[in-house]
Amino acid sequence: MDLSKLTALEAGKLIKNKEISVAEITKAALENIEKTDGCYNAFVSVCHDEAMKQADMVQKGIDDGTLTSPLAGVPMAVKDNMCTKGILTTAASKILTGFRPFYNSTAVEKLENAGAILLGKLNMDEFAMGSTTETSFYGPTINPWGENRVPGGSSGGSAVAVATDQAYFTLGSDTGGSIRQPASFCGVTGIKPTYGTVSRYGLLAYASSLDQIGPIGKTVEDVAEVLSAISGHDSKDSTSVNQESLKFNLENNVKGKRIGIPLDYFGKGLDTDVKARVLEAAKKLESMGAVVEEFNMPELEYAIPTYYIIACAEASSNLSRYDGVKYGYSSPNFEDLTDLYYNSRSEGFGMEVKRRIMIGAFVLSSGYYDAYYKKALMVKALIKQSFDRAFDKYDAILSPTAPTTALKIGENLNDPLKMYLGDIYTVSVNLAGLPSIVVPCGFDREGLPVGLQITGKAFSENTLMNVAYSFQQETDFHLKKPVIKTGKEA
Amino acid sequence: MVIDDKMIDYIGELARLRLKDEERENAKNEMNKIIDYMDILNQLDTTGIEAMSHAFPVKNVFREDIVEPSKDRQDILFNAPNKKDGAFKVPKTFE
Amino acid sequence: MEFLTTMGLEVHCELSTKTKIFCSCTTEFGGEPNTHVCEVCTGMPGSLPVLNKQVVEYAIRTGLATNCTITQYNKFDRKNYFYPDLPKAYQVSQLYLPICQNGHIDIEVNGVKKSIRIKEIHMEEDAGKLIHDPWDDCTLVDYNRCGVPLLEIVSEPDFESGDEVIAYLTKLKSILQYIDVSDCKMEQGSLRADVNLSVRPVGQTELGTRTEMKNINSFKAIARAIEGERKRQIEVIEDGKRVIQETRRWDDNKGASFAMRSKENAQDYRYFPEPDLVPIEISDEWIDDVRKSLPELPSQKKERYLSEYGLPEYDVDIITGSKYLVKIFEEALNVCGEAKEVSNWIMGEVLRLASDTGTEFEDIKFNPENLGRLIVILKNKVINRGTAKEVFEKMFTENIEPEQYIKENGLEMVNDDSAVLAVVKTVIEANPKAVAEYKGGSAKVKGFIVGQCMKQLKGKADPGTVNKIIAEELEKL
Repeated sequence: MDLSKLTALEAGKLIKNKEISVAEITKAALENIEKTDGCYNAFVSVCHDEAMKQADMVQKGIDDGTLTSPLAGVPMAVKDNMCTKGILTTAASKILTGFRPFYNSTAVEKLENAGAILLGKLNMDEFAMGSTTETSFYGPTINPWGENRVPGGSSGGSAVAVATDQAYFTLGSDTGGSIRQPASFCGVTGIKPTYGTVSRYGLLAYASSLDQIGPIGKTVEDVAEVLSAISGHDSKDSTSVNQESLKFNLENNVKGKRIGIPLDYFGKGLDTDVKARVLEAAKKLESMGAVVEEFNMPELEYAIPTYYIIACAEASSNLSRYDGVKYGYSSPNFEDLTDLYYNSRSEGFGMEVKRRIMIGAFVLSSGYYDAYYKKALMVKALIKQSFDRAFDKYDAILSPTAPTTALKIGENLNDPLKMYLGDIYTVSVNLAGLPSIVVPCGFDREGLPVGLQITGKAFSENTLMNVAYSFQQETDFHLKKPVIKTGKEA
Repeated sequence: MVIDDKMIDYIGELARLRLKDEERENAKNEMNKIIDYMDILNQLDTTGIEAMSHAFPVKNVFREDIVEPSKDRQDILFNAPNKKDGAFKVPKTFE
Repeated sequence: MEFLTTMGLEVHCELSTKTKIFCSCTTEFGGEPNTHVCEVCTGMPGSLPVLNKQVVEYAIRTGLATNCTITQYNKFDRKNYFYPDLPKAYQVSQLYLPICQNGHIDIEVNGVKKSIRIKEIHMEEDAGKLIHDPWDDCTLVDYNRCGVPLLEIVSEPDFESGDEVIAYLTKLKSILQYIDVSDCKMEQGSLRADVNLSVRPVGQTELGTRTEMKNINSFKAIARAIEGERKRQIEVIEDGKRVIQETRRWDDNKGASFAMRSKENAQDYRYFPEPDLVPIEISDEWIDDVRKSLPELPSQKKERYLSEYGLPEYDVDIITGSKYLVKIFEEALNVCGEAKEVSNWIMGEVLRLASDTGTEFEDIKFNPENLGRLIVILKNKVINRGTAKEVFEKMFTENIEPEQYIKENGLEMVNDDSAVLAVVKTVIEANPKAVAEYKGGSAKVKGFIVGQCMKQLKGKADPGTVNKIIAEELEKL
């Protein structure tokens, strides 16, 4: 039996039934990473020793009945922007070289409490700024579905680790599509929960008002189980919503579900294959009993500028603490404090991060605040209203996740604006704080996966999970696997 | 061209970032393109719209005034590149 | 040329909460560097703030006590700047919607009453401390103070003299102490003031260019800084130059202010709403509850003391000027019921001893109830006033119990008239010359005889009784 092909829940069941030990499955997973990651670069760091040690502890917990979660003993990995106690946490940035926090992010803590085994930390765009996982200080992550294709981003490592069976599930973070777009590019399932559902404590902030942690997995069931484990109120995060952790009761039934198709999401710039797959998915759901209807959402085109103004503004402030004094990279070249600040930051951040920090400083600066930042907050209100109106009529909105399938490596790297425009279908969801799930819905002419984005109103994760689950019960796109390479180089 | 030489130097100072010459030219061009694009927001009439910083109306999240033990100083200073006598060390700074 | 001075004040006051504003670390002053810290107050990556409710409560209290309107929907903003004492490189503060607005504090200088307007009060976090290390010629950063809650109380530019500034600060300090939101210990930096000052020639209506002097932490230093900066600006103008708008640092040792480096003057704080904290909504009920819990404020106390006890206004001003004198007054009064007597003791002995021993009012140790009991003891003629003053001095320095002390040292008055009579007789017999002079009409001599008697009685007799018996005895001769 090839253990790596199991879903998280299947693996958990084998462990529970003592058909396999936690140490065995953990060791197998670590060996698999060793064997394959030279081709994909999904991991920034692998914590071999810690994982094996944890496996023993979890096994004891399972044996003595204290650990009963379906995820107990299941190996997983998290994006490198989540703090892991004593384990390197870099956000794929040179500026966090060597940083080992003494605290866990709440999401990681909850998974550890459930008995999941942390295999390592996953590659990403530096500080989650990017849509391709090419801006990582540790080099790009490679999409297993095509030659020289990016996995999407910023949670590229999180999507690839699942797509290549390196981890049974992973955590990503989504500020403007960073879970959903890589899930789409890599043919896996990922959800960005409602803002406030998963604690942000210990998540290295990019844009605090938009960031949200979520799971990526092989199936909707896996993703639902993980979300249920990491959600719930956290008194350490003031923006965490005061609710119990989510519980899902999945059933294959979309009868009477009202599904809206926003026509503006299918206009100029959308790849014809992507469009076709998404509309086919809509037909499929209709055939399953959903009521599908088209409608207009003209605010779409304002989402990208609004998003980048707000995200860059917050980022410029959030990333000011990286100055070479308290942790991480400190430039050896300085004469005085000002020098130390300038040089540590200029040498420690990559170009895309610098660009966003500078845009952020600009839109907040004296004389431009009202024209850019404040204006963006007002447009954000309009976008939210537009969604509110849509959800008066629909239980869920179907759309593409990205205008294209996975791009070639380097294709947009030197054209930031073009890269930003690729976020058109995902960013408005973050602006409005909504939940949104992506499931595989087919392939393009080159055999690259296409992801279907299903967005719901705030706190409607249950509805979204059920629609997505029903879709997966009736389709097999999520079961398709790329050919997984082994060896050192891709 | 909002981002001219003066502006890019000014922003660089605010953000404590110093770009190399070739980076600087490139950054100027790209940022101007991006900011020009952002100007499409001006097409939207937002008169009377309240600026929305939080998407949900969550309010009054408080903590009780109860002391908990502080963290170990060793942990706090563990990652510091330069430290001395239990403190972070920086080049001479005037207050 | 004659000049007018205009000043505004920004007062930073550390709140006396047990924990910091956004984390559960202690606010205790001092401690080894970086021992009162956690990931939140040191701004470690991924940490998030959670607001201490007591800070909001204290801010509302302060707003009500200074006649402010409470902003019922208020928020925090980030103020961005780089400095090593600010680990996140932004300070969480309030710019757009501060918690209190449009208040005033009434002061009186040389009999002239004036109202100083308060523009706003906002909540914010304190920064850490920088320590110069002479051995390595470097700076060491201690974050213990980082995150201690502050109120910044911003006045309108309503001050025209240093005396007004000091009167305002004295009043403000006493209010903050009364309502128990701060200990206002200037020497520990829990009360600090920034002074904005400009001068203009008499007759000119628009204000001159102002400078700001930061973090001056004693009343005397503030008075000196104001005088120094006023003179400097006048000299600049008289030299035909212009005052530059800038931040200056007052060096109290050198008695002069110095411009801070121009880079630190380039201020573009890029304030924006703090996304990690949610808005604060203060209901009418909450405000009412705080209002009800407010103690009687100095001005209300003053009115009551004047009407209820008929005390002199000067005395009332002194006593109600300090929460600690009020405590002594009220607790002593509670025991003895003699308002005038208590007030006299405070105005006399308490002030004298505090000044002689250099004791701040807040550090006065004696139990005020003992003063009340001492007054009762005196009234009952157990001891006389001279002895009472001696006893009080012991109380003040050593916090002794008056009854016990009097007993142990045998200070009770001789209340036995026959004992007094015996002494009087002895003295008369021993001083025939003086008695003769008295008989000859010299009234002065009586004082000498009283003195001799009191000496033999070791001062422990009621002077009235002694006088009466001497008069009787002399009559008999």
